[in-house]
Parts: sequence; structure tokens; C-alpha cells
Amino acid sequence: MPETAPQVDTLGSEHMTLNLGPQHPATHGTLRLVLEMDGERIVNCVPDIGYLHTGFEKLGEHMNYNQYIVVTDRMNYLSPLANNIGYAIAVEKLLGVEVPKRAQYIRVILCELSRIADHLVWLGTHALDIGAFTVFLYGFEQRERLYNLFEAVTGARLTTSYTRVGGVMHDVPTDFVEMVTAFTAQFPKTYADLDALLTRNRIWIDRTKGIGVISAEDAIAWSFTGPCLRGSGVERDIRKAEPYSSYEDFDFDVPVGSKGDVYDRYLVRMEEMLQSIKVVDQAVRNLPEGPVKVDDPKLILPEKSETYTKMESLIHHFEIIMDRHGICPPAGEVYSCTESPNGELGWYIVSDGTGRPWRVRVRPPCFMNYQAFPEMVKGLMVSDVVAVLGSINVIAGELDR
Amino acid sequence: MSDEQKTDAQAAPERTPTFAEMTAQKVRERFPEEVVDASEFRGDWTITVRKGRIREVLTFLRDDPALAYNFLVDVTAVDYVGYMQSDPPARFGVIYNLCSYRQTGHRGRVRVRALVPEREAVVASAAPVWKGALWPEREVYDMFGIRFEGHPDLRRLLMPVNFEDYPLRKDYPLRGKGERDVIAPEDPGFVNIQDVIQLRDSSHA
Repeated sequence: MPETAPQVDTLGSEHMTLNLGPQHPATHGTLRLVLEMDGERIVNCVPDIGYLHTGFEKLGEHMNYNQYIVVTDRMNYLSPLANNIGYAIAVEKLLGVEVPKRAQYIRVILCELSRIADHLVWLGTHALDIGAFTVFLYGFEQRERLYNLFEAVTGARLTTSYTRVGGVMHDVPTDFVEMVTAFTAQFPKTYADLDALLTRNRIWIDRTKGIGVISAEDAIAWSFTGPCLRGSGVERDIRKAEPYSSYEDFDFDVPVGSKGDVYDRYLVRMEEMLQSIKVVDQAVRNLPEGPVKVDDPKLILPEKSETYTKMESLIHHFEIIMDRHGICPPAGEVYSCTESPNGELGWYIVSDGTGRPWRVRVRPPCFMNYQAFPEMVKGLMVSDVVAVLGSINVIAGELDR
Repeated sequence: MSDEQKTDAQAAPERTPTFAEMTAQKVRERFPEEVVDASEFRGDWTITVRKGRIREVLTFLRDDPALAYNFLVDVTAVDYVGYMQSDPPARFGVIYNLCSYRQTGHRGRVRVRALVPEREAVVASAAPVWKGALWPEREVYDMFGIRFEGHPDLRRLLMPVNFEDYPLRKDYPLRGKGERDVIAPEDPGFVNIQDVIQLRDSSHA
């Protein structure tokens, strides 16, 4: 097949070619769609991606295992903590270490709070695209509270880089539990407002019900994961199916849809926010005491005060930091996955036994979900494209890497 | 292969075999000529096969009622130049991560690796087996230059259409003048490992 830009033949037909993006308010990042239209109906759709390709997988081969955490922030930039945690878990699997219980619980709390933050942005922008502006403001007000919390914990609002291989950067602040409970206590009120604005809103239902339908069989065949898969009625959540980071300790439900349309995906994500609050409440209530890093000087940098005063600590510091040293997992390959807000975020890491990975592959959830997009919009109106695109929650940074 | 990796022959046979072990066993029985190796590392099983009948192997994994690997998690590739010696010799491995929803827990996962030599970098596409293979295979083609036979739309996905090189190959530099720094071997179609090591050492992140 010749390598040409996606073009739709318009000669000799009544069809019109419409270019959507790469700069379009509803594309959330830079992605392009070439639509072949018959009047207002979509006959064919060719997505064109790669505008945000940054070579993250190539970069991974040239960085040591801890340096790469900074890169993971930039993938799904709506929930960077979920990426940090997924990557750290993958490297820990490669090394065969288990982080202390407290670190696991902190990771769960931050993962679930990122899920809420991610879903709030998704909801706000999705509703905004369809024409409901208020939801966006309500959602972002809550996200602001979460970002303040992330800032207090990690020191950064967006590029958190909070995890380290073998634990987290440092322990949470002393008032962490109060901050989290303050958030979870007030969130349901805003949630009720958002729910009241949309769930039984006539316009919202008209725009979303029966739109972008994908059946359960098709969703599995197209490698769908996350809310898009569950919206089609497949009950599959990695937190339940393959618990990691102590998820088996928590009691929560996995919401599933039935029809697999935009409305079902909306309902699934809404309910997931409530379930996340439930998990976070349980985790802060039972947050164990103890260390937040594994006790292994070959993996974890010593305290600064010790580096300056103790010979062994200085040597360990040196060994971890110096090029060609650092964390050296045994040669081998692992695949590890976590349930990120968008679905299965997988890490396939090949190690050759040196301080840098031989290959880092990211399995981006929205990349897999987005490839079925032409199938989902065929026969719909052009205004539905925006609704379906929003329901998949394509994050260009994660899509293109 | 390091000490940490053990082949299935060395695995203790006393306990009941796990689902992945059973999978490896069944694939071995069904395709004795194709399976090169089946090994475990950190609980992950990798079945290494020749590329010739890869689509049949994948279809078997999907359709066998006892296995039912109904979900294709990912298709990717690795450039193994200088990493491992394999028989048959192969520079690339095309990796299929599969998952069986019938199983709970991590047990339902297996990885299939098809060995792909540099001179004949063509594999049968998995898109007829799972539609979800369409874009990942395009990405592998884009990044490694491995072609997929039977793929309905094998175009570059992430890189520009007029891009000529394959960025995730080990002979493509991270830094520098980009494609102008690509190693030009005397024998096209065969990259010298020494050149790759030199290139890697000169381009630090």
C-alpha cells in the first residue's frame, strides 16, 4: 500500500471531505480526523495521529529506571500519578521487590484521587463539547482542590514524579489524612450537582443515548479496556481481576453499562468517581504506619544527612547516581499493568541486566480504544463525532507518546 | 538467558501446572515444530515461536476452548540486536501480549514472541484474528520497519508519512542529526553490533 496521507477520493461522488483538527477545541490535544460526509452523515472517517509523538519509548532506552519516572508524567497528563505508580510497579516486578504496606496504601489513595481528577476533566470537557458549560466550571473547581492536595504531597501540581522504584519519593505530610478526608467529605455535594445537571437532562440524553454504540464482543475484539469496555457491559477491572498494590484490601464495586453508548460510558465514569471516594476513605482510615520505601540501599537513595556523614551512604548514593551503575535488574522481561483512569495501562519492560532498560513499551489505553473510532462514528452526524470522541477520552500525550 | 530464567523443562512438576504452563504445553503439543522455547520470569510466561505459522498459533490460542485467550492486550516489537542469541537467528521479536478473560488473576496472561530475522522482516498480521491488532501493528511497522502481511492498512502511524527510517531500531540514534546519523552498514540489511554499541554510548539522554 503506498504511503500517502489519508485522503478520501471526492471525485465523481457527492461526498464531501471535512477536515477536523489537528487544532480543534474538541480534540483535546492535537489529533486530526478526515471525515467523508454525505450531507451531514459520516460515510467514512480516517483518524490521523502522531502530532504529539515525542519518542518516549526511545527515551526510555537511554535513561535509568528512576529517571524515566519523569517521562511517565507526560503521558496521560490528566492523571500523572497513575502513570508514575504503574511504571514503578512494573519495575518493582522486574526487580522482584515488594514495597511496604504504607507505600502501597499511599499509592492507592493517590491513584484513586487521580482517577477522580481525570474523570472530572473528562466530564468537564466532554460536557463542554456537547454544550453544557456549567459542568466544566463545577468539575474544575473540584479538580483544583485535588491539585492543591497533590501539590502538598508531591511538590508539583502536574508533573508529580512522586514514585521511586521501591516506594515513593517521601512520606506524605502530617496533615495528609485530614486533607484527604476534607476532600472526600465535600465531594459528594458537587457530585450530586453534576449528576443533577446531566444525568436526567433531556438535551444530554438526546446527545448521548444510542450514540457511538459498541457491543461487548466488538469491544473485546478491538482491545477496549477501562470505562469504554465496562460501558459495553464487560465486567473487567484490573483492580479486581489482578489486584496490585493492596487493592484486594478494599471493598468497592465495578460499575458496568449495558448498551455501550456514550451515555453508558458517562454513567460508568460517574459511578467510578463515587467508588474511588469509597476506596480512598477506606485507605486513609486504615493507613498503616511504617516506612514508605523498601529497605535496600541498592535501590533507594540514602537520606541526604547520611550521605554527608557516613561512608557507606556516600558509596550507595554514588553507586545509584553514577552512570552505568544505578538500579540493575536481572536480565529478563516483564509485563505489568494497572487500571489507569482510561483503562489498562501496561508496561512491557525488557532488561539486559544493565542500569538502563533495553526496551520500554507503554500500552496506552486510549490508543487501543481510539482505533475503533471510525467504526463507532460511521452513519452518525458530524456533531456526534465530538460526543463520541469525548466519551473515549483520548489524551494525545498518551496516544502518541 | 540468565539464571533467573528457567525453562519449563526445569520447572518442578510436582504441583499442578498453572494456566500459563498448560498453555505452553498445549502450544508445544499442537505446534511442535514452531515452538522454540517457553520460559518463565517473575511469573510471566513467554512462548517463543518461529514466525512462519504465527497466525495459526494465535488463532489456536484464541479458539481452543480450554485456553480461550480472547483478548489481545498489545502487539509490540523488540530489537534484540546484540541482546540474545536465538535459534533460528533473529534480530527482532514481535511480541503479542494475550489475556484470557475466562481466568482470574494474573494467571490468564501469556506472551507470544515471534522471531523475525532482519533480512526477512515480514510477519503475518494478527488483524484477522483480533481487530485490535490494527494500530499496534501499524506502530510496529512505523517504529521497526517490520511488515505485516495481510494487514489492510499498513501505513505509518505516528511518524510523518515521508519519514524514511525506523526510530525504535537500535541503530537509530537518540540524539544528533537524526536520520543522518543512522548507521549505514556496508552490507545493507545487516547491522554490526559494534556500531550499535558505539552509537548507544555516544548518545546519552
